Amino acid sequence: MTDAMPAGDRKPIAPPVDETGPLGWARKNLFSSWGNGITTIVLLAFVVWVLDWFLEWALFTANFTATTGAECRGGGACWALIREKFRYIFFGSFPYEQHWRPLFAVIAMLAMLVLSADRRMWNWRLLVIWGVGSFVTFLLMFGQLHIPLSLILAVALIAGGIGLALRSGLATPSERMAYYALVGIGAVGLVLRIAGVLPSWSIAIAPLSYVETSLWGGLPVTLILATYGLAFAFPYGILLALGRRSNLPLIKGLCVGFIELIRGVPLISLLIMASVMLPLFLPSGTTIDKFLRAQVAVILFAGAYIAEVIRGGLQSLPKGQFEAADAMGLNYPQKTLLIILPQALRVVIPPLINTFIGFFKDTSLVLIIGIFDFLNTANQALVDPNWAGFPGEVYLFAAFVYFIFCYSMSRYSKYLELELNKGTRR
Amino acid sequence: MAVEALGSTPRAKVAPWNDPVVRGWVFQIVVVGAVGFLAWYLVSNTIDNLQRQKIASGFHFLEREAGFEIGDTMIEYSPASTYARAIWVGILNTLRVAVLGILLSTLLGTLIGVGRLSPNWLLNRICGWYVEAFRNVPLLLWLFLFYKLISEAFPGPRQALSLWNSVFLSNRGVYFPVPLADPIHKWMGIAFLVGIAAAWFVNRWGKKRQEATGQPFPGISAGLAIIIGLPALVWLAGGAPHHMSWPELKGFNFTGGTVIQPEFTALLIGLVLYTSAFVAEIVRSGILALHKGQSEAAAALGLSRGQSMRLVLLPQALRVIVPPMTSQYLNITKNSSLAIAIGYPDLVASINVTINQTGQAIENILIIMAAYLSVSLSISAFMNWYNKRIALRER
Repeated sequence: MTDAMPAGDRKPIAPPVDETGPLGWARKNLFSSWGNGITTIVLLAFVVWVLDWFLEWALFTANFTATTGAECRGGGACWALIREKFRYIFFGSFPYEQHWRPLFAVIAMLAMLVLSADRRMWNWRLLVIWGVGSFVTFLLMFGQLHIPLSLILAVALIAGGIGLALRSGLATPSERMAYYALVGIGAVGLVLRIAGVLPSWSIAIAPLSYVETSLWGGLPVTLILATYGLAFAFPYGILLALGRRSNLPLIKGLCVGFIELIRGVPLISLLIMASVMLPLFLPSGTTIDKFLRAQVAVILFAGAYIAEVIRGGLQSLPKGQFEAADAMGLNYPQKTLLIILPQALRVVIPPLINTFIGFFKDTSLVLIIGIFDFLNTANQALVDPNWAGFPGEVYLFAAFVYFIFCYSMSRYSKYLELELNKGTRR
Repeated sequence: MAVEALGSTPRAKVAPWNDPVVRGWVFQIVVVGAVGFLAWYLVSNTIDNLQRQKIASGFHFLEREAGFEIGDTMIEYSPASTYARAIWVGILNTLRVAVLGILLSTLLGTLIGVGRLSPNWLLNRICGWYVEAFRNVPLLLWLFLFYKLISEAFPGPRQALSLWNSVFLSNRGVYFPVPLADPIHKWMGIAFLVGIAAAWFVNRWGKKRQEATGQPFPGISAGLAIIIGLPALVWLAGGAPHHMSWPELKGFNFTGGTVIQPEFTALLIGLVLYTSAFVAEIVRSGILALHKGQSEAAAALGLSRGQSMRLVLLPQALRVIVPPMTSQYLNITKNSSLAIAIGYPDLVASINVTINQTGQAIENILIIMAAYLSVSLSISAFMNWYNKRIALRER
């Protein structure tokens, strides 16, 4: 027997091989018990079998170069179909040589969304981003924009009104005069316009050829319906949520009735309603664009759901916040816009993004009333008799595009949840 | 006394335009007036338009002959039936797919949600991929995909895949044999209902006995035995009629037996796979919301993982799970309306044809709304009752 080793020679003994490294990981995570081991082996066999079949179909025997459907038959996946049709799938019937327009419109909208995702932009910059982004998008899509006088007057009226309400008690007399002037010009102008005294005048910006909405299709349609559906439904949902929390009985009743009615029926019934009933609602002779009808239905629908999400945020605020704002002598708009909403919205941003993901997917329902959104153009690509019989390829491709959008949004929502809760997390 | 004195203090005199009560009423009257004006404007336009287009109003059309075919009906229906009957067929079809969808997606979703918490890395990841894949793609796309796969990838009736020459799988659906109609079936149905009631009473007795004596009672197996055994006994007592109607290839399609239509199959598969991804997330977060001590305590008591999940974790997690689950059930019911896109004759599809034939959009939209609202409200009412029942009783 040897003596104890001299202190200097002592080396730490490495842990057993099967406890660390890949082997240890596998033992702990895949083969921790008999049952687990069997599960792992069965699942592994299943995964290998599925992957083998899928790769064989989608890659090794796939056809990327065929020029007709007949050449594709018999082999694996016919990706040549996507190659042939991808411009139609992405941009629909938009005039072919003008496809750069929807392409840049999509890029503008994506840039707008990505920039809005940055927390440093969550202030007045957001208004600028959305203003510029929307202007570029719609200019590219329509080719010509006519901004009517009544819209400018309405914006002046609303801007002046918000200024008056928010800066009450703070504004200098000259500032207040400016708000009153805006409100006055807006209100008087609108009344005169409706009465027919002012002519229907508009600023025309017409650098490109006009493309009507019935020719729009594909990804820009899906993005516009979802993005502007949310953009308009958001303020409207806030109003509904505030109304539902209000202590004025009539307002509360109206809001509760509206929210519950919309949430109780499927989106399809609203879309059918928008397509068959809206024309009945309007004076005879007026027609509204089909695209606009669908957009209105999406906004009404989204508003009710967003209202419920925001209500959750409002309810999560302690009563003291409301009371403190009252004690400071703030009026209702000041209290709501400066104290309550900034806190309430912060809580609900992650669920709001999840709601947005839902709407992004739900916009696909507009194909039922004959609008060519991304899913519908993918569907139409299957109709070509030359390329009949490859539904799997087209739907997988469309699913992949939807997945990229929705998955990145859901990652962003998760990231934001962690980011916004940094202050309260231990 | 002091309170009364405070209460009777006259309110400070303020100008009416600064009095919040007056302001509130003025504001409400203005808003309600505006909404009322809008409603009046729309209604008057509508009446005007209807009169000019000579569209009838009222619900008399319901008694007229519908005149259109419905491919998949649970009750007797022919084109000679009334519109009311056609709509009722649609409602039943909606309910059928919704009820089956709710049951199956609860089952599948719970399994996947529990799978996502498995210590087995591979199972965990596969369940995670499943959830992400189905959650991030529109349901409508899944429906199209499944429908096209069934109708294009499956062989025609002549080349149908058959199981023991009695179940046939083709692009016309799944044909399988059913017992020929027999009066005993009605009695078996009654026996089945009686069995459910009996099983409930037996279970209640078993639970009472366990509370009193500690003796466990095999509730699930005894219940199943009663529910299946009673109809079986009735069948035997009725002379055990065993004549079947077999599907047979005649011309271009099968006759006899019964069929699960491809539209129904695609819709049900799509709804179930899509919704169970959401259900899985709800179940997972419900279980994760429990204190870690619960699973540790269950393990310390010597319960297996399965037992601790079934007896300790899930019952507690239910309290967190039930409210969001209710909204998923409502979603299934509402999403079943996507059936119209693949041609399954649900309520919306029936109504859509009716609108196109009669032109009476308003009445039909009202019927849709009333039907969905009543289904939604009954599901909510049931789930609220269930939620109250399982809620933590705080003393």
